[in-house]
Amino acid sequence: MNKILEVRGLSKTYGPGCPQCVESTGPEADTNLCPHCGSVVAIHDVSFDLFEGEILGVMGESGSGKSTVVKALYFDQVPSSGEAIFYDSDKQHELFALNAARQRWLRNHRFGMVYQNPNLGLNFNISAGGNIAERLLMSDLMDYGAIRERAKALLARTEVLLSRVDDLPKHFSGGMQQRVQIAKALATQPPLLFLDEVSTGLDLSVQARILDLILEIQQELKTAMVVVTHDLGVIRLLTGRAIVMKYGRVIETGLTDQILEDPQHAYTQRLVASAL
Amino acid sequence: MSYVAIKGGGRAIAAAAAVTEYLRTEEGLVGTAAEPLEINAILHQLRHLVDRVVSEGGVYHPQFAALAIKQSMGDTLEAAFALRAWRSTRPRLAATPPLDTSKMRLIRRISSAFKEIPGGQMLGPTPDYALRLLRLELMDESPEAFRAIAREWLKTCPEPQLPDSFPKVLDALRAEGLLPPVSATRLQEAFDITREPLVFPVPRSAALATMARAETGSLLAIAYSNMRGYGDVHPTVAELRVGYLPVLLPHPVTGELTEAGEVLMTECEVVAMYEADKANDSGGKPMFTVGYGACFGHNEVKAISMAILDRALQKGMRDGAANPSEDPEFVLLHVDGVDSMGFASHYKMPHYVTFQSDLDRLRTTQNKNREIA
Amino acid sequence: MNATPLTQGGNAYNFGFLDEYAKKEVRRAVLKAIAIPGYQVPYASREMPMGRGFGTGGLQLTLALIGPDEVMKVIDQGSDDSVNAVNLRRFIEMTCPGVSTTTKTAECTLIQSRHRIPELPLTSTQIIVLQVPYPDPLVVVEPSEDKRKTMHGEADYSRLLVKLYEDIVKFDEITISHRYPTRINGHYVIDPSPIPRWDVPKLDDSAALILFGAGREKKIYAVPPHTRAEPLAFSDVPFRVEDFRDGAGQRRACARCGSVDSFLDEFVSDSGGKTYQCSDSDWCDGVEASA
Repeated sequence: MNKILEVRGLSKTYGPGCPQCVESTGPEADTNLCPHCGSVVAIHDVSFDLFEGEILGVMGESGSGKSTVVKALYFDQVPSSGEAIFYDSDKQHELFALNAARQRWLRNHRFGMVYQNPNLGLNFNISAGGNIAERLLMSDLMDYGAIRERAKALLARTEVLLSRVDDLPKHFSGGMQQRVQIAKALATQPPLLFLDEVSTGLDLSVQARILDLILEIQQELKTAMVVVTHDLGVIRLLTGRAIVMKYGRVIETGLTDQILEDPQHAYTQRLVASAL
Repeated sequence: MSYVAIKGGGRAIAAAAAVTEYLRTEEGLVGTAAEPLEINAILHQLRHLVDRVVSEGGVYHPQFAALAIKQSMGDTLEAAFALRAWRSTRPRLAATPPLDTSKMRLIRRISSAFKEIPGGQMLGPTPDYALRLLRLELMDESPEAFRAIAREWLKTCPEPQLPDSFPKVLDALRAEGLLPPVSATRLQEAFDITREPLVFPVPRSAALATMARAETGSLLAIAYSNMRGYGDVHPTVAELRVGYLPVLLPHPVTGELTEAGEVLMTECEVVAMYEADKANDSGGKPMFTVGYGACFGHNEVKAISMAILDRALQKGMRDGAANPSEDPEFVLLHVDGVDSMGFASHYKMPHYVTFQSDLDRLRTTQNKNREIA
Repeated sequence: MNATPLTQGGNAYNFGFLDEYAKKEVRRAVLKAIAIPGYQVPYASREMPMGRGFGTGGLQLTLALIGPDEVMKVIDQGSDDSVNAVNLRRFIEMTCPGVSTTTKTAECTLIQSRHRIPELPLTSTQIIVLQVPYPDPLVVVEPSEDKRKTMHGEADYSRLLVKLYEDIVKFDEITISHRYPTRINGHYVIDPSPIPRWDVPKLDDSAALILFGAGREKKIYAVPPHTRAEPLAFSDVPFRVEDFRDGAGQRRACARCGSVDSFLDEFVSDSGGKTYQCSDSDWCDGVEASA
């Protein structure tokens, strides 16, 4: 299997930072907050690999830093240190060494992102179809008929009623907004997709259908995905491998099945045991 | 520790008033020809200043507006303030019915929408096409030269050949179905902002009334933001009229509407981008939309700004505000010159007690921090 | 016809009203604009004696370019006689002694225009200066200048194109009437000023240099001669100019000269009826004379 993403030593601290930040925070210290300088060590020394076509889970509770990881990789945030290499057919991109224009190009053409909050991923001032059209137009498709057909096809694939293609997303239910987000993210057929708590907050039945949809798409398109969640059920259903985070550090990695059956770290054990 | 007496405030205020009066009349010290400003001179030679104060003062009394300008030494906010305060002393004796602006005795009337309009384009007195070059010859204008100008113009100006009527440009657009028809059922009572407070959401008439006596610069700034992109109006001036509107009151005996006088006013109607509105009276057909602005006196910038904001606010009230100019609370609560100027000035009043309280909080917090560290 | 040269308290104004450093700055901006077709070059726009919105940007370009042998034409809405044109022409005559003015497009060397490009094709010995209220076509989707600059730099016009898409969905038409966004030389999309769609094709492969001046917004940009100028459209929903056909499908003619090849102004007569006449007064005169 080919590697698509290699992350090494990814770190992000909010605040001035000081020499004692790292040793004063983390799972042993039971905090993200450095008592000496007041900085928040959101993530420290996060490393993992992702292979083509696989789904990697990033699991943790609030404050674990799991969202910060994908925000850094999707260029929503600038990391304090670390490297990430994106392998794209025959090219390698050192993500944090690229200039802003190149980063935006990758975002628009090779990555996809689905946020927990649809306000971040959708433009609420244009229709559902328009949201998808916007992404297609970024990739130089200039035939109105073709854009419309593709937008409709994507919405159909994500089970959004075709009669709603010209409606504004603010009139949709939470579940439908997520579907439009997914359709939009897939519009450019990106090899790498980030999903940040995409089913959290939705009704259980709606969650289940969104997760099924993601699995189907992954099997069809072989998109590599990073799935961020605190929900063990989502990890179990979607991911083949996972990393577990606590207070900004990775405390356990491995095959999802192994982690769930035989967790090594005490924290992971507690997590698994407390799952409903 | 002895009690620190607070004394001398009254004397200070009296002294401040006296030195202000001194400044107003200081010119009398220099040379022997100093004359007090005549009300007539202000009324005629500073007519736009007077019009602005009449409009912001909210009561049509050009003479008292001129007086307010004189006593405030040209401070428009103070002058409007004084006029507004005088208004509060006046009882309301009667109310006119809605007045028809197509009956205006026009001195100026233009449209940017069409080259030719029924009745014609009449430029009237406007600086729009004048060059803003300093007229240095006016530095030393002699009374004789001054008096001769108006006389000469009257001698040489041609016989007026005004058409009988100036139909509204908007009526032509309505007749073609490009504007929604005026709903016959919509003639409700106008909201009276001097008798009712604004409690949002407010009807359109409340917004218009508020803006009609708003401070010109405030309206202009917000309207400008809409023009530049923080908004969506994209207006075309369908019609701008300046003229004298007859004020009709019911005769005390016969009850018949009689002309009691006339007021100079400016009225602007803009046509804005069209939309396909299922809720409007056109049944879903796309139409132009209208913005309306009007104010006392000759003040075109104010009328245009008001028209743009009227359109923006209508949009904001229907669809939710996407920009500050579309937000009724943001616009209507911050454009009244008397309110805003008063509050800005109030910061100069003693705030010793409140500040003492702030000092106490900060000192306590700093001490706590020292203890922790 | 030349008016008395402008003086200020006995001292004559500099030729062209602006001081020489101001003119140099404008010329440098023009050179940069030509070198980067469609790019909005910022410049320190001076206040002029007419209002912002009345053509101060166009005027600064004219005054920086005009020479004593210039033959100047000034039009507004296509007409030499329109108030704005009359006012500007008067000012140019006052501040540029020796310059001649004309209403004939064929005879002029420099044109300043508001909202129209003349019907008669311009030549390589002519320059046209257009007055611009909004230099940036992206202002309709993004109010922040800072963000727009990045979008232009990356040729990221997707949000503007989405607006066209939404128009077609709602109205089955692209509803942009004037100020039609046009891509220059394959990269920058410009706002060609409020010229009607009718005039947009004249930007493409023009023999004359076309300059755009925004005084209030403080930008200068250019479409150099023989440069590609493509109005934004979809490959299956092409760009269309205004439709001058009547209800029976007949192309309307100018009531004065009979031309069926020009942009027509609509007039509402006192009786309520409508007539149509060439917007370009010089063109109308020319067709009428040869008829």
